[in-house]
Amino acid sequence: MASIFKMNVLNNIESIRKEFPILNTTVNGNKLIYLDNAATSQTPNCVIDSISNYYKNLNSNIHRGVHTLSQLATEKYEDTRKKFKTHFNAKSSSEIIFTAGTTHSINLVSSGFNEFLSKEDEIIVSQLEHHSNIVPWQMLCEKTGAKMKVIPMNNNGELDLIAFSNLLSNKTKIVFVNHVSNALGTVNNIKEIIDKSHSVGAAVLIDGAQAVPHFRVDVTELDVDFYVCSAHKFCGPTGVGILYGKKEWLDKLPAYQGGGEMIDEVTFEKTTYSDLPNKFEAGTPNIAGVIASGIALDYINEIGLENIKEYEDYLLQYATDKLLEIDGLKIFGESINKTSVISFNIKDIHPYDIGSVIDNLGIAVRTGHHCAQPIMDFFKIPGTIRVSFCFYNTTDEIDTLVNALKKASTMLS
Amino acid sequence: MKIKDIQDQIVEEFDIFDSWMDKYEYLIELGKSVPVIDDSNKIEENIIKGCQSKVWLHAEKNNGLIEFYADSDAIITKGIVSLLIRTFSNQKPEDIINASLDFIDKIGLRQHLSPNRANGLNNMIKKIKFYAIAFSKTN
Ligand SMILES: Cc1ncc(COP(=O)(O)O)c(C=O)c1O
Repeated sequence: MASIFKMNVLNNIESIRKEFPILNTTVNGNKLIYLDNAATSQTPNCVIDSISNYYKNLNSNIHRGVHTLSQLATEKYEDTRKKFKTHFNAKSSSEIIFTAGTTHSINLVSSGFNEFLSKEDEIIVSQLEHHSNIVPWQMLCEKTGAKMKVIPMNNNGELDLIAFSNLLSNKTKIVFVNHVSNALGTVNNIKEIIDKSHSVGAAVLIDGAQAVPHFRVDVTELDVDFYVCSAHKFCGPTGVGILYGKKEWLDKLPAYQGGGEMIDEVTFEKTTYSDLPNKFEAGTPNIAGVIASGIALDYINEIGLENIKEYEDYLLQYATDKLLEIDGLKIFGESINKTSVISFNIKDIHPYDIGSVIDNLGIAVRTGHHCAQPIMDFFKIPGTIRVSFCFYNTTDEIDTLVNALKKASTMLS
Repeated sequence: MKIKDIQDQIVEEFDIFDSWMDKYEYLIELGKSVPVIDDSNKIEENIIKGCQSKVWLHAEKNNGLIEFYADSDAIITKGIVSLLIRTFSNQKPEDIINASLDFIDKIGLRQHLSPNRANGLNNMIKKIKFYAIAFSKTN
C-alpha cells in the first residue's frame, strides 16, 4: 500500500496521482481529465490490489467454515467493520451494517418503517435530495398512507430551517435529508435538523454519500439515528455501502431480507433471527468489496481528511473564480458552505451540448438533472453541467476545463 | 432522391472533416440553420422518450409522401435530427419502412454518442418507422 503519511496534498500531488492508474488513460486522443467525482471517484492501486489479493489468497465464505481460509476472510471482514466503527465513532461495531450502497441502505431503513407508520403519520424530506432518498419513501407512503412533507430551499440552494421547524409536529415519524447535496454541493446544517427532529420524537436518516469523501463524520456527536454512504464515492469499489444505525433502532427495525447468515434457528414452524449486525446481512456479502472499502478508508485517512478538505476547498475557490470569468456562466448553488462541486450553465446553451463537446476534448463532467429533478424544477432549468473535484485533481486541469468551456461556448452560441 | 443516395451524400459530406470537433461544428451549423417544427406541434405526444435533451417529432402525409418536422432544445441533437429528416422526408411510407439506416455508423457518429443519446437516437428512428407504418395504412 502507498506509504503516504499526513501531508499537504498540494506538495505531493504527483505521487498521489501515480496511485490512480486510470488518470493516465486517454479519451478521444486526449489525456483524461476526470471531473465527475461526485458520481464515482477513481480507485487507487491499494484498493485494486486488495481486491486482487483477496481472490488470489483469501477467497472463501465468511462466518461459516472452520477452515483456515474462511477464518482469515471472516477476520478481515470483521476488522473492516471495526475500522468503520472507529472512523464514524459509533458505540459498537454491531451498529455498522454492510450493504450494496447508499440506495440499498435507504431501502433497508424505509422498508422497515412500514411497521411503524400509519396514515395519520408524516415523514419529512428536503427539496435537495437525490432520487434515491425520495423514491423509497414515496413507496413507503403509498403502502402506509403516511404523508410526505418537503423542506424548501432558497435561491442559494440552502435549506430553509425555519420552514422545517414549522413542518415538524408530533405526527412526524422520520426525517431524511442529505448531509451534502450531490447536485449543488451544499453542506446542510444537519445537527440542527437532527436536534429539532428529536425534540418531537422523530427519527433521522442522513444520506452521507457526498459527505464521507470530504470530511469526518462523527455519528455519536451528531446523535443521528441512521447514517448511510457508498464506498465508490470515497475511492472504494462499487457495490458496497455502509449503514450506521443506533442499536436501539436496529433492534426495533424488522429484518429486510431473509436467508442464510441472518438466522439463529430455522424450523418450518418458526425462525428466530440472529443478533446485530447479521440480522441485516442475509446471504454471502460482497466480501472482497467490503475489505477493499476498508483499504480505501485507510487510504483517505492516511492522506488525512483535513488535508483533503483544505486542498479541495482551494480547488473549489480556484475553479469558481476561473469559471465566473466565462461570459454568461451562471452557478447554481451558492451556499458559502459547499464541498468541491460546481453546478452551472452557460448562457442558454443546453448542458448536454457542452458536455458532448468537452467530452471530445477528454474532459469528463456530468450533465443533466443529477438524479435530483426537484432541484432543477426549482431553478426552472432542464439540467446543469456539474464539475466535482477530488483531491487528485489539479489547477492545470481546471485551466484546461475553462479553455474547453470557452471553446464550446463559442461553437454553440 | 432515394433514401440510399441521400445517406451516401451525407457520408461524403462528413468525409471532408478530419477531426470530431469539425464534425460537431458541422452538426451545430445544421442544428442552427434548420427551422424544423411549428411550435403548435411541440406537444407532449410528440416528445421522444429516452433523450437527455428534449426532442419533438411530428409527421404529415402529402401526396403519398411523408414529411417530418422535428426540433430539440439541444443544438447537437437538433443537428442529428436534421440529418434524419433530410434522409426520410418526402419519401413513400414503404421506402421508409424498408430502408436500412447506415450513415450514422459510416460517419462514426454512434461511437460518439453516449449510451443515453444512442438510446434516444434509436427511439427517434423507431418513431420515424412507426409513423411510416401508420401512414402506409391511410390513403
Ligand atoms: C446524495 C446521494 N445519495 C444517494 C446516492 C446513490 O448512491 P448509490 O448509487 O451508490 O446507491 C448518490 C449517488 O449519486 C448521492 O450522491
